[in-house]
Amino acid sequence: MRKVLEVSGLSKIYGPGCPSCIEKTGPEHETNICPDCNSVVAAHDMSFDLYQGEILGIMGESGSGKSTAVKCLFFDEEPTSGTATFFDQAETHSLFELNKAQQRRLANHRFGMVYQNPHLGLNFDITAGGNIAERLLMSGLDHYGDIRERAIELLARTEVLTQRMDELPKNFSGGMQQRVQIAKALATNPPLLFLDEVTTGLDLSVQAAILDLILEIQQQEKTSMIVVTHDLGVIRLLADRTLVMKYGRVIESGLTDQILEDPQHAYTQRLVASAL
Amino acid sequence: MNPKTVLRVENFAKQFFIHEQQKVIPSSSNVNLTVDSGCLTALVGPTGSGKSSVLKGIYRSYLPTQGSIFFTTSSGDTVDLAQADEHQILDLRRNEISFVTQFLHCLPRQKTEDIVAQPLISRGVKPSEAIEKARQTLDALNIPERLWGISPATFSGGEKQRVNLARGLIAKPRLLLLDEPTASLDPATTNRVLEMIEALKHENTAILAIFHHMELVERVADQVVTLEPPVLTESILENIA
Repeated sequence: MRKVLEVSGLSKIYGPGCPSCIEKTGPEHETNICPDCNSVVAAHDMSFDLYQGEILGIMGESGSGKSTAVKCLFFDEEPTSGTATFFDQAETHSLFELNKAQQRRLANHRFGMVYQNPHLGLNFDITAGGNIAERLLMSGLDHYGDIRERAIELLARTEVLTQRMDELPKNFSGGMQQRVQIAKALATNPPLLFLDEVTTGLDLSVQAAILDLILEIQQQEKTSMIVVTHDLGVIRLLADRTLVMKYGRVIESGLTDQILEDPQHAYTQRLVASAL
Repeated sequence: MNPKTVLRVENFAKQFFIHEQQKVIPSSSNVNLTVDSGCLTALVGPTGSGKSSVLKGIYRSYLPTQGSIFFTTSSGDTVDLAQADEHQILDLRRNEISFVTQFLHCLPRQKTEDIVAQPLISRGVKPSEAIEKARQTLDALNIPERLWGISPATFSGGEKQRVNLARGLIAKPRLLLLDEPTASLDPATTNRVLEMIEALKHENTAILAIFHHMELVERVADQVVTLEPPVLTESILENIA
């Protein structure tokens, strides 16, 4: 199996930062806020890799910093330090050294992002089909008929009624908005997909259908994915390997079944023991 | 090492450290065993002697506390599963090592035949061929055809167990780990399972199995390894502290 992504020493600090930010935050201090300068250490020294077709889970409670890595990798946020290398077919990209235009190009063509909140991933002023067309246009497809055809194919794939493609996303249910978001993220067949709490807040039956869809995509397209969630059930069903985060640090990582059946860290043991 | 040996476990031990209670729970200790190609090694011992922990340690669902687990891959390399990196373990699980537990974990809504075909599909077999093979395997395990197209969520314990078995047996792994594969099956189905195990042995699969009944052990085992419940000694506590 081929390595797709390698992240090393990724850190993100919100605020001015000071020399004691790192040593005075983390799980042993039970905070991610630096007592000296009030900066928030959202993530510190995250290192991991991702292979082709692999799903990596990042698990933690609210505020643990679990979304930080995907936000930095999708260029929504700028990391404070660290490196990330994306191995794309013949090319290798050092993600945080690229200029804005190069970063936008990768985000549009080679990455896909699905947010918990569909308002972040979709443009609510244009139709479902238009949202997909927008991404296809950015990736260089410009023939109206081709774009329409591809949008129909993607919506059918994600089980959105294609008769409704000319409606605005606000007319859709939460689960349906999530499917449109996934269709949009998949539009360019990206080898790397980021999923940030994509099933949170959805009905159980809708959650199951979305998880089904995600696994089907992974199997058919060999898409590599990073799945961020607080839900142990989602981790169990989707992720091959899992990182557990708390107060901005990775406290434990391993094979998902090992994390769930033989957790090593006190926090993970509590988390797994309290799962329903 | 005997050229036929696929798995050699040396001095394996597993302990759990429960942070909440600041307690060490020993599960298996001083386990030594080998499994040869085309042979079945049976793990026996009283409840609490850590039989399942050995299987989970080999599959790496548990992190071994001590010892080595040497596995010879199909390309002839020897890998210590206790130390191997996670990608290597995932690769071996995909291609060489199957584990049939007593519980079935699957996605909601997934069809039984798809669940069984999954290991073949992830090894690159064409989906239509994999489904065909899955149906044959389900049939061989007496799962009625009307159940193939629905999710096993509502199946009986015995049916779920057979789905699990079908999934573990279908890909003809190099090493098969079985945790009480016939625990909730009637005698006729148990016989079917034993026939399938014999057939796999003929195809050179190495099998490490936990059985409930000594009578079954006598029928299929080539080697028997008896585990004793671990003794909690002072030294274990000191080592952790």
